[in-house]
Amino acid sequence: MNATIRWGLVLLMAGLLAACAQPKRDLTETERQAMEVAAAEAEAAEQARREAEARGLGVDRDLRADPLDDPQSPLAERLVYFDFDRDTVRSEFIPMLEAHSRYLSQNPGARLRLEGHTDERGTREYNLALGERRAQAVRRIMNLNGARDTQLDVVSYGEEMPVAFTQTEESWARNRRVELVYDVRR
Amino acid sequence: MKRRTLQVWLLGFLLLAVGPASAVLEVTVTEGVTGAIPVAVTPFAWEGPGSASEDVGQIVGANLVRSGLFDVLARERLPQAPDGPDGFLAERWAAVGAEYLVTGRMRPEEDRVLIEFHVFDVLANQRLGGFRIPVPAEMLRRGAHRVSDIVYEQITGDKGAFSARIAYVGVTGQGDERRFTLEVADSDGANPRTLFRSNQPIMSPEWAPDGRDLVYVSFENRRSEVFRHNVETGARSRLAGFSGINSAPTWSPDGKRLALSLSRDGTPNIYVMDLESGGLTQVTRSNSIDTEPAWSPDGEVLYFTSDRAGSPQIYQMRLPSGTAQRLTFEGSSAGAATVSPDGKSLVYVQGGEGGLRLARLDLETRRVTLLTRGRYDKSPSFAPNGSMIIYSTTDRGRGILGSVSRDGRVHQRLAARSGEVREPAWSPL
Repeated sequence: MNATIRWGLVLLMAGLLAACAQPKRDLTETERQAMEVAAAEAEAAEQARREAEARGLGVDRDLRADPLDDPQSPLAERLVYFDFDRDTVRSEFIPMLEAHSRYLSQNPGARLRLEGHTDERGTREYNLALGERRAQAVRRIMNLNGARDTQLDVVSYGEEMPVAFTQTEESWARNRRVELVYDVRR
Repeated sequence: MKRRTLQVWLLGFLLLAVGPASAVLEVTVTEGVTGAIPVAVTPFAWEGPGSASEDVGQIVGANLVRSGLFDVLARERLPQAPDGPDGFLAERWAAVGAEYLVTGRMRPEEDRVLIEFHVFDVLANQRLGGFRIPVPAEMLRRGAHRVSDIVYEQITGDKGAFSARIAYVGVTGQGDERRFTLEVADSDGANPRTLFRSNQPIMSPEWAPDGRDLVYVSFENRRSEVFRHNVETGARSRLAGFSGINSAPTWSPDGKRLALSLSRDGTPNIYVMDLESGGLTQVTRSNSIDTEPAWSPDGEVLYFTSDRAGSPQIYQMRLPSGTAQRLTFEGSSAGAATVSPDGKSLVYVQGGEGGLRLARLDLETRRVTLLTRGRYDKSPSFAPNGSMIIYSTTDRGRGILGSVSRDGRVHQRLAARSGEVREPAWSPL
């Protein structure tokens, strides 16, 4: 969200809050503090935006610098692809999974969902099981690299949620995947 | 085929408490049998005020054609039909090439309609049977399916399955707009009703042996869970929501148990759930994928898919927990077995160079016959009379249903007017 819009929304919400509260009673101490905090945060965001612009960075960047959002970081990679009817994680995906494991061990509150998927070649219920096996293979590697079991959630969608729809090897390869989805980021 | 006196069939019809339809199916016979039996079906006369709400004769004729076994004569070629059991002149029907004649009339009686019809063997110059069926007035179409069942049985000696229904999964839209529905329709695709809608996938519908409930897998809670859904009342409950996958539910023939595949202990194994107590019995104990269980009609054997030998293949196991015996050796993979109602054969999905096709395995001789020639033929389900198998296939990348006769000779396609359909399950009779 554009910071100017965000700033506008904060003002609007503060105004609405005040408008709602006024006819009945004065603002409670908590409400007043909340408004001050909101205003201060908006002020800080606006300040950060100006600084970022001065440094030549885009305004859409969240400057509290979550490494998950850094497109240069291996953490930006969230997809692991598989060979047909296989659950072996290919070596090219190991550095990326190590980076995510490191992130999880450094952010114990973070939670990652591993969604396993397959292509359409195979029976549906078997594919549901194969998708789970792929997600479990990813989980094992992440466990070995420091992610806690409680941070990892394994889900399988089998062949039910394809991302590519043509009946070609290229589409099948894109559909044979485990998606890393952060439910809680830190 | 023996001569019968006038019989009265009383029908118990089920009311579907369901929403409006979304995926109407259209049926095309793509490949029939040469030498199909020519049958004349007259328009069923309406002996009441106004006109009938359904063209029963037309529905019966269309059903017979769909079976692939019959050729139905065009109406304009038909001579005047006799009103009742008398006045049948075989030579007039033989002259237009009919080997059998079906003729009938309908009379409204309060909130019911009485359908009376007769089946004649033209070549033998005799009446095979006369029947009277009372049906609720609003269910004339289902009455026509019952008429079709009786005609089919009179002529072939085998039970008809036209009045059975099919459940299937409908999919519309793409990306975030994808919507999944669970549908129930007549065997000819008419009267579809949406039982359940979700923006998350729906899988694996299967009927209870009494035809009142369905079990299926729904991802509505962002994971695979097994639900039971009453098609009459709409009552719904979750049967399995263990950690891991909950999948491939299938009712035991006595309706008291459910076989399913659960990965609650790490890898998917076959379990049997007692529906009254909810208690689970583990049937397979392997570190491989064990899924897609199917019951033998006597409830004593489970067939299932396992990749314990490397590739997925079909195994059988005598209950409660015998040793698994491998049944399939042809093709690169095998899965999703469905058992014929007589228990003598399996139809399953065989993987190979050409893709996924349906094959039939004779359990006695172990002979395998390929039934289809598609590339994505999956999810087979036997008609309750064993005459046909309905399955999922694709047409230019779009999911449609196909059906094939037990011998692989008659092929049909059932496509939704919009969106995709898949995973059909034929109801019991």
